Amino acid sequence: MHELSLAQSMLAIVEQSAQDGGFRKVAAIRLEIGRLSCVMPEALRFCFESVTRGSLAEGARLEIIEIAGEGCCPRCGATLPLDELYGICPDCGVPLEVTAGTEMRLKELEVA
Amino acid sequence: MCTTCGCNEAPPPHSHDHEPSRARQQVHDATRTVSVGQDLLAVNDAHAARNRHELAHAGILALNLMSGPGAGKTTLLEQTIRLLDGRVAVAVIEGDQQTSRDAERIRATGVPAIQINTGTGCHLDAHGVGRAIEELAPPPLSLLFIENVGNLVCPAAFDLGETRKVVILSITEGEDKPLKYPHMFAAAHLLLIAKMDLLPHVGFDVDQCIAYAKRVNPALEVRCVSAHSGEGMDAWLAWIERHQARCREEARSVGHTHHHDGVFRGANVNRE
Repeated sequence: MHELSLAQSMLAIVEQSAQDGGFRKVAAIRLEIGRLSCVMPEALRFCFESVTRGSLAEGARLEIIEIAGEGCCPRCGATLPLDELYGICPDCGVPLEVTAGTEMRLKELEVA
Repeated sequence: MCTTCGCNEAPPPHSHDHEPSRARQQVHDATRTVSVGQDLLAVNDAHAARNRHELAHAGILALNLMSGPGAGKTTLLEQTIRLLDGRVAVAVIEGDQQTSRDAERIRATGVPAIQINTGTGCHLDAHGVGRAIEELAPPPLSLLFIENVGNLVCPAAFDLGETRKVVILSITEGEDKPLKYPHMFAAAHLLLIAKMDLLPHVGFDVDQCIAYAKRVNPALEVRCVSAHSGEGMDAWLAWIERHQARCREEARSVGHTHHHDGVFRGANVNRE
């Protein structure tokens, strides 16, 4: 359940942003989570609710933008969709370099 | 997002005469969008960067040992320390959810060890490891082992500031683990295939395991070892010594090591 650590980390970023940006209430948190990252969105939602209780983000909407996995062949440069953290270029037979899908980013906040 | 005032409305129906309707004004007052763009692991990664910087300057090779529970990390570590036979100063950080059994086993080999109990946490993090390093104060040019919590999933995501990540997979676990837990094998620099003495008794295809691991991480180095029979331990020790030499060389070229008498000690590092 590393989602608990991630939720705590998310709250720390939100609290720091509140200090820097002078807001006291968060209405929504928008995350970008790659499909190849080791995050289960449902587990993250569950942890988020318990971690934010009593904080400035209590009751905030957690919006998760999922980012599809993508790999690039280092030999021919072809870009291919990836459902797993590894893949082979069908033309060259070499392992693909993952270029998208591992994101775990706090994109933006809706604040009051 | 509207690029004129930064509000979150789509441009077409949204005029900028700055005499907006009362309703729209209320929407503007109620919420605004703040762009953040930070990795969720940013806090951990900042602590990790600090650990890495301090360790590199002191020429300390720090190895983060990771595996599923029961792969034999502690036994391998005990045997490694015995074989190193005092040629290099060794210190150990032990991570477990509960008990200090592993730290006690390591101390019995004669090297200092600190136990971190993560409680409900399923992995070590860079903040806790930084505090443990401060407490251990390993000498410059020494060797630091960080034995992570037994778990093939979560520790992969948390950078501790180590020099290298080592994943240990024992042959009683099945050769397809690299495909089932790809994050761990993708993050590691070295794979130790352990308990090789049991090979005649279990149906484990070593070549297939290596092929799966390389599919996830083509740059992964592999050594096959047994703490019990001693097989492959010289190759593992040679790997350690090669990386230690590199660490020392890098620290020497920066020229900081002789100013420390213990890493972090008196360094005024504020970790809170």
